[in-house]
Amino acid sequence: MKPVDQMTWKDLNIGCVITEAGNAAQYKSGDWRSMRPVWDKDRCIQCGVCYIYCPDAAIYKTEDNYFEADLYYCKGCGICVKECITGAIRLVEEEE
Amino acid sequence: MPKRVGMEVSIGASEAVRLANVDAIAAYPITPQTHIVEHLSEFVANGELDAEFIPVESEHSAMSVCCGTSAAGARTFTCTSSQGLALMTEIVFIASAMQLPIVMILANRSLSGPLSIWNDHTDVMLVRDCGWIQAFGENGQEIFDLTLAAFKIAEDHRVVLPFMVNMDGFILSHVIEPIEILDQETVDKFLPPFKPVYRLDPDNPVTMGAFAMPDLYTETKKYQDERLKASLPVIEEIWKEYGDLTGRYYHPVETYKAEGAKTLFITMGSFGETASTAVDTMREEGEAVGLCKIRLWRPFPYEAFWNAMKGVENLIVIDRATSYGGPGGPVASEIRSALYTMENPPKVVDFIAGLAGRDVAPGDYKAMYKRAQERIASGDIAGYEIYGVRE
Repeated sequence: MKPVDQMTWKDLNIGCVITEAGNAAQYKSGDWRSMRPVWDKDRCIQCGVCYIYCPDAAIYKTEDNYFEADLYYCKGCGICVKECITGAIRLVEEEE
Repeated sequence: MPKRVGMEVSIGASEAVRLANVDAIAAYPITPQTHIVEHLSEFVANGELDAEFIPVESEHSAMSVCCGTSAAGARTFTCTSSQGLALMTEIVFIASAMQLPIVMILANRSLSGPLSIWNDHTDVMLVRDCGWIQAFGENGQEIFDLTLAAFKIAEDHRVVLPFMVNMDGFILSHVIEPIEILDQETVDKFLPPFKPVYRLDPDNPVTMGAFAMPDLYTETKKYQDERLKASLPVIEEIWKEYGDLTGRYYHPVETYKAEGAKTLFITMGSFGETASTAVDTMREEGEAVGLCKIRLWRPFPYEAFWNAMKGVENLIVIDRATSYGGPGGPVASEIRSALYTMENPPKVVDFIAGLAGRDVAPGDYKAMYKRAQERIASGDIAGYEIYGVRE
């Protein structure tokens, strides 16, 4: 399927039915973000609370058992910052 | 050869739905549509129709259920009137956007207030822009025929759109007329089983009714508009096929004694019958008058309409709804707009008449004709006049 902003009306199916399952994953909700979460590894205790609370399941575990946001999906909502027990996450302005 | 049997038009309409062998019916009773729902529920209860009859708590639920059953691949029917249509309006627009080929009979009735149960076209004009195919029947036979053909048109893969058959409340719904009911074998030859293009199927999952962001919504509306416009030749083709089968041919625009007519009345629905009687009398009296009936309201049949307008000098449009503070009744507004690009278009005089069951007898057509001549002679043809109102 073409990216949505390149589709013409002729590319639509009857009733605008979507035949491809799970294609919401293509949607880049990261475009909504104005603030980005940044982890301070010195404070992080690897508890995974941020991973559990992220409403978009956009936080994943890194190879060294810390956590990071997948910026394709992260909307910068700040819930991880609020929930982090040790205050290891802060939001920084997106520069671009 | 099927024989004509005297029956209430609502019962004739129910017979069409039974013969179409629908799978699901969800409807809420409302005057003057009630007899259709009652009769269909009896068919299901008596085992004469193998369908799910789903009693609902409101018309909003009725149309919601219809969307669900149609999406699941069931041939679906509902019917309503007036306030019921108003309540289901939110979902009426969704049915067409999702291209669910539901067939609905709308027993036309005025909208409140004041509370009124009688017939006019204010209900259908409320949903003029809902994206359904909208057709009008003039008598019981037409309602039977249009309803049967509606299933075939709605479900055709070149169309896949919901279809609304407009039937004047009381004037048709509660009147006993001779109606020819087709036999099941003939109907089965004409109407194949419903084969949806997409349906809710756990083995082949699809998403229906998805969200559209601003970067796609415009394309979805263009698509919907093109689909509705593209249904016109299919409607004509299937009505032709129905005509070949039954001898009763239907056309998007139909005329009566229009040959040589300088003035045409324009009507929709059951008013066509009275207008024909009035035209007969006026013709005998030497007036060059005829009748043009708009059977298909959406998609609007521009070509057929323009063809019917050739050589016509004056139009008298009978509107059965008001557009308060607007340019005219909804039909006249569209007619004037359709004529705008025509060279030497006829003059249009708009009367709003027959609101909420007020009778418009043949003599009233004659009176409107006379009044229209006066207005044309004086050059006063802008706007509209509410015919018969007590000043």
